[in-house]
Amino acid sequence: MDDQIILRLAAKTLIPFILVFALYVQFHGDYGPGGGFQAGVIFAAGFVLYALVFGLRRTVQVMPPWVTLACGAAGVLLYAGVGVVTMALGSEYLNYNVLAHDPEHGQHYGILLVELGVLITVFGVMLGMFYAFAGRRSLDG
Amino acid sequence: MSTVIDITLLTFLAVTALAIIRTRNLFAAVMLAGIYSLVSAGLFTALDAVDVAFTEAAVGAGISTVLFLGTLALVGWEEEKPAHQPILPLVVVVLTGGALVWGTSDLPPFGVATNPVHESPIAERYIEESGHEIGIPNIVTSVLASYRGYDTMGEATVIFTALVGVLLLLAHGPHPRRVWEGDRWSTKWDDPQLQDEDDETLEGDGPFESDSPEGGSANG
Repeated sequence: MDDQIILRLAAKTLIPFILVFALYVQFHGDYGPGGGFQAGVIFAAGFVLYALVFGLRRTVQVMPPWVTLACGAAGVLLYAGVGVVTMALGSEYLNYNVLAHDPEHGQHYGILLVELGVLITVFGVMLGMFYAFAGRRSLDG
Repeated sequence: MSTVIDITLLTFLAVTALAIIRTRNLFAAVMLAGIYSLVSAGLFTALDAVDVAFTEAAVGAGISTVLFLGTLALVGWEEEKPAHQPILPLVVVVLTGGALVWGTSDLPPFGVATNPVHESPIAERYIEESGHEIGIPNIVTSVLASYRGYDTMGEATVIFTALVGVLLLLAHGPHPRRVWEGDRWSTKWDDPQLQDEDDETLEGDGPFESDSPEGGSANG
């Protein structure tokens, strides 16, 4: 799409806003609609847009496929790890009350961490799937 | 007013669905599926389910469309004419759809205060207590991440499992390896065709490969 200068410039301008909007959706999830699932998809969509306009090869250089796979696993591990930590602190699995002295603060930390885990997993899975689909053609000829 | 909006959106949904069935152009079908998801998101918003609408708009209209397009780049843009008359599928679909519509007569009526969901002690607990038990205003997030955190962990695991499944089916993605060649790092591609092209020029040939700094690489 080298001749599509408007498309390239529009994409280039939009991508930072898409990524920041994903973070807004993530961290505003406590107050309005949003959360890790939506934020992860939007964050991945920023990279997908980059790949559609500037090519898969450059996207792979920015965000290598192994990073997306690692993200997919790391998010679930972070989520499950929060549960293990609460158990180690002497409470039930995923009972965030014990994460801080004040149970309400503990809930805040717990929700922040598990939503972050969801964000990382969803981002890694969505982009990893896109790589899996989009990358086949260039390898199979 | 909301009735008018509902009827308009549902009409759009029905028209889009019929158009998807009618068209043989798979590219048009994918675009229409994206529109279908977007109209669904509008419908969810009209039903005050903004979180669901958000997800539908992001996943259904956004990522799914891109994944469909990626698939189309592999399988082609035109659907072949079916070899047989679609009478049996039509009967199956009509029967299933009829059974589903019949089943909705057992659902509690929409928005009535005495519905089971409004009278269950759990819903009351969420609405009354989550404000100081969890301390965040969005009850949906409280339920999703804290009260039902175990379920959400299952969802995250399901999503991860989906990735594993896709990777098992479409085993090789674009996986260049960084190899240390004595004095410098270089990028190795498993496919010799990709390797032949000097990776400095960033020339591509895949469905989403259209870039090169010098220009000229056509989509193909």
